[in-house]
Amino acid sequence: MKGNEALAEAAIRAGADAYFGYPITPQSEVIEYLMRENPADRTGMQVLQAESEIAAINMVYGAAGCGKRVMTSSSSPGISLKMEGVSYIAGAELPCLLVNVVRGGPGLGTIQPSQSDYFQAVKGGGHGDYKMIVLAPATVQESVDYVKLGFELAFKYRNPVMILSDGIIGQMMEKVELFEQQPRSKEEPEWATVGKKEGKDSVIVTSLQLQSEEQEKVNLRLQAKYREVEKNEVMYETYNCEDAEYLFAAFGSCARITRKAMEMARKKGIKVGLIRPQTLYPFPADAISELSERMKGILTVEMNAGQMVEDVRLAVNGKTPVEHFGRFGGVIPSPEEILEALEQKIIGG
Amino acid sequence: MSENTIKTPENLVYEKTSVMTDRVLHYCPGCGHGTAHRMLAEAIDELGIQGDTIGVAPVGCSVLAYYYFDVDMQEAAHGRAPAVATGIKRVLPEKYVFTYQGDGDLAAIGTAETIHACNRGENILVVFINNGIYGMTGGQMAPTTLEGMKSSTSPRGRDVKTMGNPLKITELVAQLPGTYFVTRQSVHTPANVRKTKKALKKALEYQKLNKGTCFVEVVANCPSGWKMTPVQSNKWMEENMFPYYPLGDIKVPEK
Amino acid sequence: MARKGDVVINIEKCKGCEVCLSACPNDVLALSKEVNSKGYHYAMKVNSECIGCANCAIVCPDAVITVYREKRK
Repeated sequence: MKGNEALAEAAIRAGADAYFGYPITPQSEVIEYLMRENPADRTGMQVLQAESEIAAINMVYGAAGCGKRVMTSSSSPGISLKMEGVSYIAGAELPCLLVNVVRGGPGLGTIQPSQSDYFQAVKGGGHGDYKMIVLAPATVQESVDYVKLGFELAFKYRNPVMILSDGIIGQMMEKVELFEQQPRSKEEPEWATVGKKEGKDSVIVTSLQLQSEEQEKVNLRLQAKYREVEKNEVMYETYNCEDAEYLFAAFGSCARITRKAMEMARKKGIKVGLIRPQTLYPFPADAISELSERMKGILTVEMNAGQMVEDVRLAVNGKTPVEHFGRFGGVIPSPEEILEALEQKIIGG
Repeated sequence: MSENTIKTPENLVYEKTSVMTDRVLHYCPGCGHGTAHRMLAEAIDELGIQGDTIGVAPVGCSVLAYYYFDVDMQEAAHGRAPAVATGIKRVLPEKYVFTYQGDGDLAAIGTAETIHACNRGENILVVFINNGIYGMTGGQMAPTTLEGMKSSTSPRGRDVKTMGNPLKITELVAQLPGTYFVTRQSVHTPANVRKTKKALKKALEYQKLNKGTCFVEVVANCPSGWKMTPVQSNKWMEENMFPYYPLGDIKVPEK
Repeated sequence: MARKGDVVINIEKCKGCEVCLSACPNDVLALSKEVNSKGYHYAMKVNSECIGCANCAIVCPDAVITVYREKRK
């Protein structure tokens, strides 16, 4: 199945109650698939094409505030527009799932794949001290599985979750195993606006506090939640790290290409491993820190000008050299040039 | 009958509806928001739909509307209330959903959300408070500020050549096939207050029919923003606002 | 003859905006000389001509007025 379509099908099967979106290349197949499939007939899931990404994310806010499983998807310029709403969703502590099928930027940039929205996804993007849980699939299978996982995490922490995909995974055809249809939840969480219950206080969904001390309490509560997320939800994979002297760090589709470069290096006798963060927030900082103690150097490979490299450096904290290799603007790096970068920037460096 | 025996429960003819909380409203003295709130709350009360109503508060003076309405409410980002209400109504189609928005929220930053929610005919009630000024941020020009009207960002009066014209968004949404009932009212005299409540009640009743968006504008005063006493501001509103924003039904359901 | 009425004013919530004064057909209400704890002169009854029409309460932005009216005999 095509990545975007598999993801859309996964949303239906995950028991999503609603999807609000707006077309943008390279992710329009998500809403096209949903409209074609008409999940209202299958599960009762509502699908609406909004007038803009801004409207779409605020529809997500409204429906999420009712305790429903809601999703939206877009690509980079559209995600920028959604950032206002994401900040409000994080502030009001609502669960929702966002998908960014990243394309090259800044501005209109290019419709080709990129990973240049890493900072936006993990460092904020919108205003205020907040965090999204960010999942980075490397395969169509993972983007399907992360839809289910994403909803689970979103409700577990009442927090927005983003699947940070890219144009490669969105457009790629790959074999995929779809999970069984999950029923739509009938639960009415006590924080959801579903109509005031007699004898109970009305429910208010808001991100506003008038008193700074009250807002600080909100921030402290959010921070405590993020520490829990960091403790419990880190996911990553390592390859060939047992005997490695050097380490690649790469996420998403870029990790697949880097894996190829690793295999080529191994054939040349270079002992290199790979760590692939599957959660970009929470970041596998401890794992990288530990690995760095026995590495002569680390190369991050990213389809951007150097973003995740900053988090790797923070994790490594000077214990070993960390360099970055990237192609950007929609250009996909080849395994050959990744290997060459390893040899020049790390081994020869 | 002596006065003391008049104040008995069976003689009670008017008290604050329980759909409004007991909080002291933060609005300035004489501001129409409080009365508009109360009329909407009374309409909800009389229809017996308090437990089935979900409101959306805007950004602006009425940002804290959820303190005063004793119904479940969501606070939207500036201008986005119709989109938030759309999200709510699409997943809870049996509930009564309303937005309560000022002129900056509804007719400037949220114009797209307003127009498109009305154009889709979302089965929601949009309550639009038009006082021709940005009250909360300290009296700046609004999209509905009248020509020549002074504000802190039009200190010499609104010059329509450079600042644009006062926007009659209510007439505009009435043109859209998605709207079912569009009316303009006020809350400055007892008769007008009663008409406003009637309109709000009708709009909520229509919501059950799934016929489209109901849009109730309330032309209101802003004594602080206009720099007048409340009584003066109501007079000024009659003399200046009503000629440009005439009261009455703009679109009524076909019989 | 008009039925008799009466009003109870929550003076602590009253902001002295005077909107109720002109709504009253019998000039029953006026502003106090004293101020409430917020510093507002508040609306008060100054005669016993109240007919319980509730006009004052209906236009009151702060919902501070409760109205009573004797039943028809």
